[in-house]
Amino acid sequence: MMQRLLQSRGLAQIIALLVILALDRAVSPQFFDLRMQDGRLFGSLIDVLNRGAPVALLSLGMVLVIATRGIDLSVGAVMAIAGAIAASLADAHGMPVALAAALGAGLLCGLWNGFLVAVLGIQPIVATLILMVAGRGVAQLITEGRIVTFTAPDLVWLGNGAVLGVPAPVAVELGMLVITGAVVRGSALGLLIEATGGNARASELAGIGTRAMILAVYVWCGLCAALAGIIAAADIMGADANNAGLWLELDAILAVVIGGTSLFGGRFSLVLAMVGALIIQAMNTGILLSGYPPEFNLLVKAAVVLVVLLLQSPRFASAGAVLGRARQ
Amino acid sequence: MRGLPPVAITAMVFVAGFALCTAQFPNFASTRVAANLLTDNAFLGIVATGMTFVIISGGIDLSVGSVIGFTTVFVALAIERLGVPPLVAFAAILLLCAAFGAAMGAIIHVFDMPPFIVTLAGMFLARGASFLMSTESTPITAPLYSTVSDFALRLPGGGRLTAIALIMLAVVAAGAALLHFTRFGANVYALGGSRATTALMGIPVGSMTVRIYMLSSVLAGLAGIVFSFYTAAGYSLSAVGVELDSIAAVVIGGTLLTGGQGSVAGTLLGVLIQGLIQTYINFDGTLSSWWTKIVTGILLFAFIALQQAMLGIASRAGPRKAGVLKS
Repeated sequence: MMQRLLQSRGLAQIIALLVILALDRAVSPQFFDLRMQDGRLFGSLIDVLNRGAPVALLSLGMVLVIATRGIDLSVGAVMAIAGAIAASLADAHGMPVALAAALGAGLLCGLWNGFLVAVLGIQPIVATLILMVAGRGVAQLITEGRIVTFTAPDLVWLGNGAVLGVPAPVAVELGMLVITGAVVRGSALGLLIEATGGNARASELAGIGTRAMILAVYVWCGLCAALAGIIAAADIMGADANNAGLWLELDAILAVVIGGTSLFGGRFSLVLAMVGALIIQAMNTGILLSGYPPEFNLLVKAAVVLVVLLLQSPRFASAGAVLGRARQ
Repeated sequence: MRGLPPVAITAMVFVAGFALCTAQFPNFASTRVAANLLTDNAFLGIVATGMTFVIISGGIDLSVGSVIGFTTVFVALAIERLGVPPLVAFAAILLLCAAFGAAMGAIIHVFDMPPFIVTLAGMFLARGASFLMSTESTPITAPLYSTVSDFALRLPGGGRLTAIALIMLAVVAAGAALLHFTRFGANVYALGGSRATTALMGIPVGSMTVRIYMLSSVLAGLAGIVFSFYTAAGYSLSAVGVELDSIAAVVIGGTLLTGGQGSVAGTLLGVLIQGLIQTYINFDGTLSSWWTKIVTGILLFAFIALQQAMLGIASRAGPRKAGVLKS
């Protein structure tokens, strides 16, 4: 029964992804072509996975936060901070230090958000707004307002290298999906997170450490955001505190929502959130390939958000109820 | 809770900040600086007034920055490309904004969806539509624009109270009157206190929601017109991130983000505090603009923590709900 439910849940998203890929194929006949060059796969399909990696990583953290009925608006700013730290340390101190410092910063950012939400009891949207506003300033402070470039080859590899022919960002993306999935679904953790989102008070009475759960998901979200920031910086071999991760928090939330996770918490799917991120990226790529101005992106996204939300809305369940409601 | 209203704290922060600036730069305490503070933040003051209504009613409007951008492009193209008289263009865009806000409010109410995500879609829509109209900055050369920008009330001490500053002050005054002295305003507070109770009291929750978001969008449109006066151009990338600035201004102004409490006067102070930080940075000359964001973030945290502490005292009974998304 549960298995069937899950399958039918994911069906709409998979079909949507396939339809969009088919449309991409229609506007660009060589869309599905793959070729091997310099030990790395190339092609539009790989491109979708590669370009979509930051948003996919963000949505991996975001989906857990949203499952607890929260939201994290600061992930874009955390990306900028992590990218700035990694870029400024990479050349002088080497890749391990840079990576550790950037991930550590993401961890701290997540702890801060989690502290505000879980301990101080501030609404998530408000609590994370603080870091969203201040975080970009902090990132600019680190880079002193300049675009910091670096050449450390092992960090650059994270953006442009390949593992067994798969681009490194895609490998990281898949690796994180497997790790998160193993931790969350391989144990009772996922269930506890869903319980917290479904009814925090009841879960607490049932003996679940809801505060620890909430703290943990924000920390994980901060880590994922830092990783996304590092990859974005490695991709352009530099950190741009002004634009790194700008508005990506919205894309990540959108990916999670498209993936069928309700903003009201209580139920989530990691894989479908990733599919959501791929749908967004396939749309972006398709619009670019079709030669339409990229400005269409935002309009299409707006339409998709509305349609998905309408489908999720409890009031939309029966059209009659909606009409009756509207007539009042 | 009764001791000191949040607005008083905001006012004290502003006065202290101004005194600090004056101590460092003796020229700071002039009507010139004060008038510029009002002019430079005129559009933010207008849009934050609308945001105050939305937040007090328990909602949030993320679309305002995009609506400002859309408005500047629409006005510029209508006047410059189509030759529409400016006043007709203004009327048209305000009507359009009203319809836009009403649509968002209706979706929020009818489908019972979180305002956050509905206005997020509105933000994408308005920004995308302005990109579609034009991606280039269009200068506006209509005679009305130079008339307006030349107009100013001269203050003693060399300050110039410009037309857009006066418009902002008028909007703030009208907003305060609407919020504090009318039935509409009382209903806004009631909605923020409790939606269910408000509905049981017989207040039409649906039409209130529609009207509140309509007000916010119309004021965002007006802010866009003022912004186009300020820059004499229409540009689709203008006012990116203004929604955050205005939410920050509202919160620093002492309005409760959970709704039910707040004031327009506080919001004006919140706007002026942000302007003050910017002006200080300009005076200093060595600090960079990113300090604005950091200091705004710190103030934001201080005020939210303050609110939380006050709420904690007010509702000692019962444990807090952790991690609840406002809907």
